[in-house]
Amino acid sequence: MDYMIRDKIKKVKKGDQSAYEDIVVLFQSRIYHHCYRMLGNAHEAEDIAQEAFIRAYVNIHSYDDKRKFSTWLYRIATNLTIDRIRKRKPDYFLDAEIKGTEGLNMYSQLATKDRLPEEEVQGMELQHHIYQEIANLSPIYRSIITLRYLEEFSLKEISEIMDLPLGTVKTRIHRGREALRKKLRHV
Amino acid sequence: MDCKNEVVELMHEYLDGDITKEDETKLGKHLEGCKACQQHFHELKNTITLIKSTVETKEVPPKFTENVMKNLPTEKKRVKYMRWFRAHPVLTAAAIFFVFLFSGILSTWHQDTRLVVSKQEDLIIKGDTVIVPEGVTVEGDLVVKNGNLKIDGTVDGKVTLIKGKLIQEDSDEVLDGENLMASAGEVNGEFESVNKVFEWIWYSFKSLVEGIFSFDS
Ligand SMILES: [Zn+2]
Repeated sequence: MDYMIRDKIKKVKKGDQSAYEDIVVLFQSRIYHHCYRMLGNAHEAEDIAQEAFIRAYVNIHSYDDKRKFSTWLYRIATNLTIDRIRKRKPDYFLDAEIKGTEGLNMYSQLATKDRLPEEEVQGMELQHHIYQEIANLSPIYRSIITLRYLEEFSLKEISEIMDLPLGTVKTRIHRGREALRKKLRHV
Repeated sequence: MDCKNEVVELMHEYLDGDITKEDETKLGKHLEGCKACQQHFHELKNTITLIKSTVETKEVPPKFTENVMKNLPTEKKRVKYMRWFRAHPVLTAAAIFFVFLFSGILSTWHQDTRLVVSKQEDLIIKGDTVIVPEGVTVEGDLVVKNGNLKIDGTVDGKVTLIKGKLIQEDSDEVLDGENLMASAGEVNGEFESVNKVFEWIWYSFKSLVEGIFSFDS
């Protein structure tokens, strides 16, 4: 797998565009989901994930083959989602989406399904609540929590993706967990 | 041990999987006797479970890869060709051969404007017109290039006219191959007229192939 990726990247670096297609196919789901978890909106997630792949292609020469390609790609995607979140109007996240008509929000789609069992509805409301609390964290914390618990990266990998020292990642994940604990303790 | 700082710090180290054996024992002992820390630890573990519960998998939007590929900056042409060449070595060799062949043929078509006649004995050349006079018989094939041809006599072979016209005696009428036999002169062979580039290419190519396969002549 790693060998295959390395081989494809070598070709892309030589200018072989078609080799990049396999890279996109291989990573599209992970990168799309990462963007979706960060942004909470399918439409925006698609936009940013597309942008991430295009940027990775354009900047492929700055990728150092000695490092993991997935880490490098996640870094691009993460930086783009953080930028996008920072550019939003303060009240845009989630609330605006819920009221919106497009139904692109993470939970509103589910919420429109009719006659769900009571438990499931409660489960979804709970999920929504938890998700919203994660979303309320600042983008850096949100990225770290998402990478750690939803995408199961190691702290070392996260430090590479976020371009932060390992110690800083640890401190932030501690603080992030504490912040969420306080919000979710009565759930 | 200070609950608020020291113990909570150990809890996080534990959750990150980088607690030492020694500290783990210390934490365990403290938790046994401290209700508040037990509660805190439970809440932290519960929080992680809750975070993980929000994992949801969605379908990747349709045509995702296609759209990425469509929006990439265009590939350098050279690379595209090189890739094709590498994938089709035999076709590439053939293509190079034909490029050289046809560019050679084409350049002779465009550049060469001199009047050329394959044989000159007994023929009259007036300006850009070659005349086979009455009573003269040309033995063998006759090729006229960049000039017109007038046949009053006889050609005992194939006539090829390149970039030129066949002129009938005493008239400006131009004949094509089929009407040739009605003209004053006589051609006892094929008649071929080459006036367009593609005809020239075909003619040159045919001559080349004939040249290659007729060793005996
Ligand atoms: Zn305690």
